[in-house]
Amino acid sequence: MSEHKRADQGDAPDLDVVLTSRARIARNLTGVPFVHRATADQRRDVIARLRPALEPAACSEETEWIDLESANALQRRVLYEQHLISRQHADLQGPRGVAVARDESMSIMVNEEDHARMHAISPGLQPHACFSRVRALDEAAEQVVEWAFHDRWGYQTACPTNAGTGVRFSAMLHLPALRLTRELEKVRHAAKDLQLAVRGYYGEGSESSGHFYQVSNQITLGCSEEELLDRFMSTIVPGIVDYERSARQALLRRDRLALEDRVHRDLAILRSARVMKVDEAMRRLSTIRLGVCLELVPDVPLERINDLFQQIQSGHLQQQAGQSLSPPEAQAARAAMLRERLAG
Amino acid sequence: MKCDRCDRPAIVHQVIISNGKHTEIHLCEVHAAEAGVPNPGKQPVNKLLAKIATPTTPSAIPSCPGCGATLSEIRKASLLGCPQCYDTFEEAIGIMIESAQAGSTRHVGRAPGGAESVHAMRHESRRLVEELDRAVRAEQYERAAEIKARLSRLSEEQPPHHGGTS
Repeated sequence: MSEHKRADQGDAPDLDVVLTSRARIARNLTGVPFVHRATADQRRDVIARLRPALEPAACSEETEWIDLESANALQRRVLYEQHLISRQHADLQGPRGVAVARDESMSIMVNEEDHARMHAISPGLQPHACFSRVRALDEAAEQVVEWAFHDRWGYQTACPTNAGTGVRFSAMLHLPALRLTRELEKVRHAAKDLQLAVRGYYGEGSESSGHFYQVSNQITLGCSEEELLDRFMSTIVPGIVDYERSARQALLRRDRLALEDRVHRDLAILRSARVMKVDEAMRRLSTIRLGVCLELVPDVPLERINDLFQQIQSGHLQQQAGQSLSPPEAQAARAAMLRERLAG
Repeated sequence: MKCDRCDRPAIVHQVIISNGKHTEIHLCEVHAAEAGVPNPGKQPVNKLLAKIATPTTPSAIPSCPGCGATLSEIRKASLLGCPQCYDTFEEAIGIMIESAQAGSTRHVGRAPGGAESVHAMRHESRRLVEELDRAVRAEQYERAAEIKARLSRLSEEQPPHHGGTS
């Protein structure tokens, strides 16, 4: 498995608050049991039918197929840390795989909860661009395979929470100022009222880490794909982005010196620590990211911080070391990487 | 669907199968609260599934001809077994989907074969109107004429029929 390269973050819109945007479409083949009730032979048949349908259209760049049944635990963990497969897909048994664009802009999980989970991923707030790409992929695949579709309930999925369009939009938001000013609960309540889910750094069932929150639509039925996208973009997400920016400015106005002190203390610790646990690293990187966005840290590019959130995870550290690392070894390797990447 | 006890819309739907006898209860928010039945819109899916049919005689529950799943297995896994389960357990699954999807009862988006829904056409129409406005403001009259022609073609198109209406 080659090392993947994240798509260029360049001038991505709203990158100060939105790390990435995603659009996902869930689909199943007609006449085949859903993955959890399919036999191994049926799952192999799903892969055999979907690979030729999905891979050529996955992206303009090269796409790599990774057989997760034969991949080792470290390879699966790295893909999970890259948000290219789910925890469930990494841990499941049996025939399954993922088609991944080398720039990480596309990921198609085969035999996760549904036969196909197609994702398009972009840096910053770009759900329209993501949706265009993933819809093109869906339409191209539909020329080759027949998706299960019900006259009343739309595209049929294993879980009823995905039925209808099978479309989910999500944005990974960095909300350190709302957390510091204790305004985050308001966002959670507003999101709930607008039928949006707020999840942690690794999606469903995960906790927030580094003050990252994944916001996505909960409803997939009863609205067209365009209406879902309109609601996602015209209601809460730009609102949260503005709210976070206001909270950042309020922090600056209230006590700039205290904020600068906090940011530079965290930077100093990461530049000199010899042992670093992942939770502590995520927390301190989050503060530094806030400082970079507010131009309190002139010598560290935002893209480098964004990449570090992924590179400090234990799977990535082990992949870089070329060997498995015990927890103390991983903590030492993490501290060394942070010292090197954040050197003043 | 109306509440069994008044004319308000029912938001709680229960199917009870006991000793082979099938009973349905439909209640509005007020009467559901009076009866001590929690609002399903406020419960996670696995709890909704648990509400559906607690059989006293498992053999009385049919299994899906497509995958062999029974309703109790679907309840336990919180997942349907195959596309055919949607029809095999139509009523129970319908209640479950409506509850999980904030009361939505029908798909209105894209359908196989590229058929676009009425909503998608309305969306495109709104987008073109905005684009037309921008073109006129920028005094790009040729561009505005082009957009007008597209809007006109769009309004002449009948919304394509997709699937049945069952």
